[in-house]
Amino acid sequence: MGDVLKKVPVREQDPQVRATNFEEVCLGYNQQEAMEEAERCLNCKKAKCIGGCPVSINIPAFIHEVKEGNFEQAYKIISESSALPAVCGRVCPQETQCEGQCVRGIKGEAVSIGKLERFVADWARENGIKPVPASEKNGHKIAVIGSGPAGLTCAGDLARMGYDVTIFEALHKAGGVLVYGIPEFRLPKDRVVAAEVENVKSLGVKIETNVIIGKSVTIDELLKEEGFEAVFIGSGAGLPMFMGIPGEQANGVFSANEYLTRNNLMKAFREDYDTPISHGKKVVVVGGGNVAMDAARTALRLGAEVHIVYRRSEAELPARREEVHHAKEEGVIFDLLTNPVEILADENSWVRGIRCIRMELGEPDASGRRRPVEIPGSEFEIEADTVIMSLGTSPNPLISSTTYGLDVNKRKCIVADEEFGRTSKEGVYAGGDAVTGAATVILAMGAGKAGARGIDEYIRSKNA
Amino acid sequence: MYKILNAEQLAANIYLMDVEAPRVAKHCLPGQFVIVKVDEYSERIPLTICDYDTQKGTITIVFQPIGASTKKMVSLKAGDSFEDFVGPLGRPSELTEMDPEELKKKRIVFVGGGVGTAPVYPQLKWLHEHGVTADAIIGARNKDLIILEDKMKAVSNLYLTTDDGSYIRKGMGTDVLKDLVQNQGKQYDICIAIGPMIMMKFVCLLTKELGIPTIVSMNPIMVDGTGMCGACRLMVGGKVKFACVDGPEFDGHKVDFDLAMKRQQMYKTEEGRALLKAQEGDTHHGGCGNCGGDK
Repeated sequence: MGDVLKKVPVREQDPQVRATNFEEVCLGYNQQEAMEEAERCLNCKKAKCIGGCPVSINIPAFIHEVKEGNFEQAYKIISESSALPAVCGRVCPQETQCEGQCVRGIKGEAVSIGKLERFVADWARENGIKPVPASEKNGHKIAVIGSGPAGLTCAGDLARMGYDVTIFEALHKAGGVLVYGIPEFRLPKDRVVAAEVENVKSLGVKIETNVIIGKSVTIDELLKEEGFEAVFIGSGAGLPMFMGIPGEQANGVFSANEYLTRNNLMKAFREDYDTPISHGKKVVVVGGGNVAMDAARTALRLGAEVHIVYRRSEAELPARREEVHHAKEEGVIFDLLTNPVEILADENSWVRGIRCIRMELGEPDASGRRRPVEIPGSEFEIEADTVIMSLGTSPNPLISSTTYGLDVNKRKCIVADEEFGRTSKEGVYAGGDAVTGAATVILAMGAGKAGARGIDEYIRSKNA
Repeated sequence: MYKILNAEQLAANIYLMDVEAPRVAKHCLPGQFVIVKVDEYSERIPLTICDYDTQKGTITIVFQPIGASTKKMVSLKAGDSFEDFVGPLGRPSELTEMDPEELKKKRIVFVGGGVGTAPVYPQLKWLHEHGVTADAIIGARNKDLIILEDKMKAVSNLYLTTDDGSYIRKGMGTDVLKDLVQNQGKQYDICIAIGPMIMMKFVCLLTKELGIPTIVSMNPIMVDGTGMCGACRLMVGGKVKFACVDGPEFDGHKVDFDLAMKRQQMYKTEEGRALLKAQEGDTHHGGCGNCGGDK
């Protein structure tokens, strides 16, 4: 037994090796490591970690089962609350959620809850354990729009309650941001995402791909013509933002969405796929969130020297600590307190560099973070042949603009309450990034659960 | 899976397919497009809709093989299927939103070029069904590249022209338009140009001179077709627009064609450029030096 104040270390691919491949970075715990880490859990009576989890997994209970070596039982406990444990164990910001609340964290390191969740989910998959479908169907048809974390969770919960659920997905593959956004090296697509989607399907959920709600069919048609009694909108926040600076239309400037979609969903990194991607030699990624880290580490793996340009300092980077740490280990260069002012193009309109200005931190702004202020006369150029804009995304207005009576706020986010996901339109519920703007996988899953509760209550009261 | 009911070759390098896609057929209108994907390994290819049959639930697409994925499409036969087929994407033509009585008063001319002839057809057909017979100027490099002649003739006043004079007349679409307006007393309230970007650019230069408001249908690179990737962004009237959700039709007099043509080159390989030159060589003789088609 090692130091009880510290987490059992998790094995990772060597940074220099992994910087050249798309295999998963973190290798996860084996049985022995998991059981050893589980020993560290104090099994608190008032377990604060549960309150820190947006889907309220009974964390001490599942960890107790891991400690005893009852992995199947541990999986059952997690499955009661989460449809996507193998995903969450990998991409949740545990340090600010469950692990952030862990009593162990006061004096030492929190229990590695995320890695334990991942271990249990991976063990269940490798041993063919599936979630248990509802014993009885109630015959009520529910439509779920979007097959990302919110939609999959909502659909899974409703199916377990006995509903007849169909998910409509705009892209050609189910998974939403788990498939197009998060890279293979963080979240393996076939092994993990596809398997979790299959688990949701095994609960009886149908998935129809290539259906764009608002174009291929509208919500009103689903309700009036196709026999759906309620709809959950989990369509995410897919529209990329650009800076609006000169030169942004030059060839070689991409949204992180495009760059990542080409590589993750369309598998441009693999020789056997037709998808083209820009193989830059020197890539600048603008932004400091998880998506920026994903884009940077993808470009690195495609063979580029990569710079992250971010206007605040390291402390304000919105990305998970682990992502920043991994990016640095792999050799991504951080140009902090730096803001682009212009993208420079050559005579053929291809990017040749980016002109930036140095920033310093001033007074805190509305977000509570210190506002970055330009330092006059500090402009300089960074040579680059590719610029990836990773400034955040906003919800797609396709659905709200084609659904009669559905209110949105001024940021085009659908207005829905937190407890049940109720919108301004009867029978229509919403949650995830479509409501909050870009956030995390687990928050979207929490909203999917709320939506499922709301829809269940609505159907029950309508048929009472 | 989306079954191909009919597959035929229209011209040397132009193919037509009728594909079963009931959801798309039920909702599509002229001006919209679809994205198709042959198999797991293929790209998502945006294609304009050439015709649709709401009853049968089919969409007709016309395409020209250029990249690896479109070449794969050539080998598909009736009875085969596309793995993915999604739409209708983009906004319908503004004409479909006009008051029908107002529309009947409009004098409309279409200019189509090359494979761009295909998306002109559903617009002409729709107008014809709504009591409007528009003029349609269709240009091709030579006689063998003329497509859909009989279908077009049935729903429009058709003016065909060939670059080399091998059929009907010699000259570009712009020459015909100029002739109709300047020598034959034709007047138009609106022009709709669909074809290679360089063609649309030159139609717009001419119609600006002639004072005819012009709509063009842009076909830039795109991935998802729903506003997600931003690859299809264009400058229109000094503002950034996404062709997939804001278009594909725009006011041609406001589109920055030179920029759009440069962006079109983004993923072109040497091989692709060579092929384009071989196929569209003569349509790249605009002399602007910006399209990169001969580089």
